[in-house]
Amino acid sequence: MPSFVIVEKCDGCKGQDKTACMYICPNDLMVLDSEKMKAYNRDPSMCWECQCCVKICPQQAMDVRGYADFIPLGASAVPLRGSQDIMWTVKFRDGTIKRFKFPIRTNEEGSADPLGGYAAHDELKSEALATEPASLGLDTVPTLKE
Amino acid sequence: MANFETVEVSTDLLIVGGGFAACGAATEAAYWAKKHGLKVTLVDKAALDRSGAVAMGLSAINQYVGIRDGENTAEDYVRYVRQDLMGISREDLVYNIARHVDSTVHLFEKWGLKIWTDEQGKYVHEGRWQLMINGESYKVIIAEAAKNALADAGGEIYERVFITAPLMEGNKCVGAVGFSTRENKFYVFKAKATIVAAGGAVHVFRPRSVGEGFGRSWYPPFNTGSSAYFTMKAGAEMTCQEVRFIPIRFKDAYGPVGAWFLLFKARAVSAEGGEYMAVRKDELQNWAPYGLAKPIPANLRNYLGMLDIDAGLGPLYMETAEAIGNIAKDYQDDPKAFKKKMKELESEAWEDFLDMTISQAHLWAAQNIKPEEKHSEIAACEPYFIGSHSGASGAWVSGPEDVETPYKWGHTNMCTVEGLFAAGDASGASSHKFSSGSHAEGRIAGKSAIRYIVENGQDLKVDMAEVDKLKATILAPLDLYEAHCKETTAPEINPNYILPMQFMFRLQKIMDEYAGGVTSAFKTSKSLLKRAMELFVFLKEDSEKLAARDVYDLERCWENIHRMWQGEAHIRTVFFREETRWPGYYFRSDTPRMDEENWHCFANCRWDPATGEWEMIKREIVALPGV
Repeated sequence: MPSFVIVEKCDGCKGQDKTACMYICPNDLMVLDSEKMKAYNRDPSMCWECQCCVKICPQQAMDVRGYADFIPLGASAVPLRGSQDIMWTVKFRDGTIKRFKFPIRTNEEGSADPLGGYAAHDELKSEALATEPASLGLDTVPTLKE
Repeated sequence: MANFETVEVSTDLLIVGGGFAACGAATEAAYWAKKHGLKVTLVDKAALDRSGAVAMGLSAINQYVGIRDGENTAEDYVRYVRQDLMGISREDLVYNIARHVDSTVHLFEKWGLKIWTDEQGKYVHEGRWQLMINGESYKVIIAEAAKNALADAGGEIYERVFITAPLMEGNKCVGAVGFSTRENKFYVFKAKATIVAAGGAVHVFRPRSVGEGFGRSWYPPFNTGSSAYFTMKAGAEMTCQEVRFIPIRFKDAYGPVGAWFLLFKARAVSAEGGEYMAVRKDELQNWAPYGLAKPIPANLRNYLGMLDIDAGLGPLYMETAEAIGNIAKDYQDDPKAFKKKMKELESEAWEDFLDMTISQAHLWAAQNIKPEEKHSEIAACEPYFIGSHSGASGAWVSGPEDVETPYKWGHTNMCTVEGLFAAGDASGASSHKFSSGSHAEGRIAGKSAIRYIVENGQDLKVDMAEVDKLKATILAPLDLYEAHCKETTAPEINPNYILPMQFMFRLQKIMDEYAGGVTSAFKTSKSLLKRAMELFVFLKEDSEKLAARDVYDLERCWENIHRMWQGEAHIRTVFFREETRWPGYYFRSDTPRMDEENWHCFANCRWDPATGEWEMIKREIVALPGV
């Protein structure tokens, strides 16, 4: 599939107008069934298995069952994404488990300074972009002009 | 007509799209807009944190030139791209991106992206131009900088609004129209300049997997040809519409092979063990001079593998176990160090998948594949339109001011349509931009568009009667469904309309069977293409019979119309170019050789909004002076 929602865990993001999975799905696949207060994937055959929904779900109510037309059953790759790292648990069909932890960023969420602390300038007509040449680490922007 | 409130938004610069090029454009444009008292508005079909091709993440940055440390020059990059695209590239555009891309990468690092460094603090290269990253949150970080920049400059972001068409006044683009995918609202964005950066196109061709795995395209299924449609409908000249891209990837889940080829030095072999790049070396003579230089162009590497498949030597395999074994040899006297190294390599190999193609990790786990023990199958994916990678399709844009070429008619990165700019997958003939170069090109376009507004921006004239007509056309699928859905017991089968999924299947069947898709082994011919054009006449007529049950269907209807236009431009251009130049992307069986004398040129096309006719145009290739 595609991502699926575990009935027991999904709380429909507590009756807000949109769920976290609806908010994030890049392909607009997640929908809230407002009667059952559970989300579901409305078109599994258009799912990229990017797991953006799995990573963002506050209830850990989502997982992926590999595409049935070529992925044998019994395996999983489950993320647990924090503010600085992501932990992965990869379960093989034969029961082997592998765990990995990778950093996802080097600073606090929200702190990206668009100019990166580089000196900026006012010359709208020059080839130099806002933070250049400082952000290039050069004295000038390279050019073919003599 | 369906009851949709019309929401009018006036802005100075409109950015259509939310991926890397759009975020680059927003970040740069916001800086200049603030200085000049202008407003920037970005419209994204999805949520900026996870929209576009990098939604899942990436495990490498594929374009870093290394000018600061004297590793390469921007001119070196131009030579690399010229070679890989068999001589067909806008070298001025490639140069312009290459000279700015390092600053983009340095900014990414400041914004919080973890780029691997060695003991000396130097970036770890995967290949000559490629850097290794911990990139699960690559898009989140780049979106964050764009959001912060827009917030600081008083700009606006509209998420979940799908832009379906340009707003035109003669040959000038004055904004865009679209609809919310969350509520019944029709949006009219009026702008003095518009940057389109809405990605490439997937699912124009039928994918290999047609069940649940239909969505597991290498490039994402939500890149639906919106850039191409927007620029074509505006009347912009397009370039390289024939240059689709077919990557060779781990079969079915399409996991990345870059780390295996470049970092682990793994070999790709046939089922009988022959290394097709060595066994079929002589074939490269036929594609001289490009076939004889290093690195060998991606399409020719594909082609040699495809020849093995044609000869019954498939499946092809990546020799992962052998590669890891070779690395282990260096540690044979030190078991402790070997164990440590193996742990490191295992983690790197899995991260490569988990950062950008989780399904591949899932597939390996489901097939009990441990790469250190067993090789793994690789295959050519279905064709994609991705001008930012090793394809080249996109709009024909004006080159940088300080480079002497015949390709200058307006501000940098402006299309042949006044006020309309393109970047990333939306701009053509400037391949190998990847994530970082697309962002850099977005920045170039962002600054250029603000300069355009400062120098040329006049008050906008928008004909609201035209807008009402556009609204009626865009919402028509909802009305058509409403008018007829109760006439049959199963509303999906109705003689008065076609639903978006079946329409997409019809497009894909034509493309796959006549224009060289997977089931045609990537081969086509003049006669096949001619037949495709006949079938396209019916397809285009029936696109007016698309029906939508709800707003979600309406989104899918318009995505498929966008795909159809990308498909048509492709068919017409493959037909026009009477040679085979990229045999590993498509093979014209009736003209099986490359023809440097007649076809060392751009094959451009333009749809004329006034007449509805297509014009095919040859454009000269001018090499960068002294490069």
